[in-house]
Amino acid sequence: MIAASSPRWREPLGRALMLGLAALVAALVALPVVALVLRVPPGTLLAQLGNPSVQEALRLSLTTSVAAALVSVVIGLPMAHLLATRAFPGKRVLEILMDLPMVIPPTVAGFALLMAFGRAGLLGGTLTAFGISLPFTTAGVVLAQVFMAVPFFVGAARAGFSAVDPRYLDAAATLRAGEMHTFWRVRLPLALPSLVAGLGMAWARALGEFGATITFAGNLAGVTRTVPLDVYLLLHEDLEAAATLSLLLIVMAAVLLAGMRQAGLGLFAPPRAPRFAPPRAG
Amino acid sequence: MLRASLRHALGEFRLECELEAAPGSTLVLVGESGSGKTTVLRLLAGLLRPDAGRIECDGATWCDTGTRQWWSPQRRAVGYLSQDYALFPHLSVLDNVGFGLVASGHGRRTSRGMAAAMLERLGLTALAERRPSQLSGGQQQRVALARALVLEPALLLLDEPLSALDLETRHAVRTELRRTLRELPCVTVFVTHAPMEAMLFGDRIAVLERGRVAQTGDAPALLRRPRTRYVATLLGLNLLPGRVRHRGPGDEVALETPRGLVTLLAAEAGEELFLVVSPDQVTLSREPPSASARNVFPGVVEEILPEPPHGERVRVVLGPAPSFVAEVTAQASHAMGLTAGQRVYASFKATSVAAYA
Repeated sequence: MIAASSPRWREPLGRALMLGLAALVAALVALPVVALVLRVPPGTLLAQLGNPSVQEALRLSLTTSVAAALVSVVIGLPMAHLLATRAFPGKRVLEILMDLPMVIPPTVAGFALLMAFGRAGLLGGTLTAFGISLPFTTAGVVLAQVFMAVPFFVGAARAGFSAVDPRYLDAAATLRAGEMHTFWRVRLPLALPSLVAGLGMAWARALGEFGATITFAGNLAGVTRTVPLDVYLLLHEDLEAAATLSLLLIVMAAVLLAGMRQAGLGLFAPPRAPRFAPPRAG
Repeated sequence: MLRASLRHALGEFRLECELEAAPGSTLVLVGESGSGKTTVLRLLAGLLRPDAGRIECDGATWCDTGTRQWWSPQRRAVGYLSQDYALFPHLSVLDNVGFGLVASGHGRRTSRGMAAAMLERLGLTALAERRPSQLSGGQQQRVALARALVLEPALLLLDEPLSALDLETRHAVRTELRRTLRELPCVTVFVTHAPMEAMLFGDRIAVLERGRVAQTGDAPALLRRPRTRYVATLLGLNLLPGRVRHRGPGDEVALETPRGLVTLLAAEAGEELFLVVSPDQVTLSREPPSASARNVFPGVVEEILPEPPHGERVRVVLGPAPSFVAEVTAQASHAMGLTAGQRVYASFKATSVAAYA
């Protein structure tokens, strides 16, 4: 028999250390939120919601972020399907490209967007010729949000498509279903939980988008000033209003997360497709 | 008519086989796991491309690597049941059965009508609105069969269609599946690891051994004349190679086998013969038996295996190699106090031995 050789105090000490550090992280995240809540008396929250400029920012944020999320789904689905089902040269590069917006600083993203779609940008001339101008417009806000949000959808959708049990795909193939039919009737429904999770993440990312928006689309009241931009502006003018808007964003994000959890959709563990039900007795 | 000649390598594993089956008949591929049964089915279905080979079915060439002919699974008139049936979990039974019809271009209404008719034919109408997760294993299997048959395949492929079921349901489902298959006009290829299922379902049986067909024939032929030790073992028979020592008097023939001298009646001509002894014809005793049994092999008990389904009978494997199996009742084994390592005598009559060239 091998005796435990480490000193007796090691186990409890290690456990205490782990618990302590976990508590520290929880406090680190909770404290700022609590501070915000304390800063906003319930009455102010309601009063601020009646404030026309706050309403304007809220409306703009909601419309642009929902639009950006939907655009992300439409343009992200084919890419997710491609990455999940095909092997082709350059796939690695494409994968890195699709992940890039998640890790580059948003201001840099906004700057890059300006270089591409700005009046003096790469496509600026072409766009101007068609009478399209994106910088400093609401459409520009959506573009910036899509740029930042689409990787979240593609990532989740891709994981969902990959997790579809190949036996269903084999079955579909022997049942005369071509690739598109299989996509709509088998892959998509089986990956639906992942797609919804991806949509939620993309929407949250678009809603919170600040750096790319302000760099690419500016900060024009009613046109490009979304809630995060308004918060930044109000910090210097009206602390209470800034706190109210911040709280609102936090609540929306928390509700989204709670909703996704309720539906069994984790953020970092994209849910697997509903698994095959093993035959029961009888 | 199905005619296939297939060659395919998967890593270390090499498959090389020729298959043939007539319409309305069932060809059973039987073999242990890893013998390549499922690979054959996937090749026939078109889910896998053979390295080399040719598949002809129903007058059409589905695949010919010589002329680079290739039909995708969608184009082949094939029905494929994977081991766990793979019913689409998000669709009702009716929509599962209608899936292939919609996919092949029938309207939704027509498809539902045809699917409903197929469900009725298989007595599944009551389940039409259920989800697969609400079905028993036997029901899932019948729905999967309905889903494949509604497309009127020329070739039906069944991969261990009974193995996902528990013992109690297996019997009932088996009986029904036999009835259904017997009425089908198409070629059926049925894969199993269970020799008993092979005997029950196979008009012809091909024994697959490490990617090759060890022997093909109907059940009686295989039982009477297993060609390799593997086939014999698979069928639960004792097979010994024998060399004729002397013939006579009369029909008597004495043969030298690796386990000892065997006397039998009426052997085929030839010097080198195969001897088959069915294990249920073998008696065991702790002491050397009296003269009535002509043939006696001494041996050492290696293992005692209960026979499915209930273990009322046990197979007693005797060493040393080549092993020799006796099948006795569990009661008898118990009464004799058989345990591994014990010395025993296996005896069988001259009339219990079949020998063929």
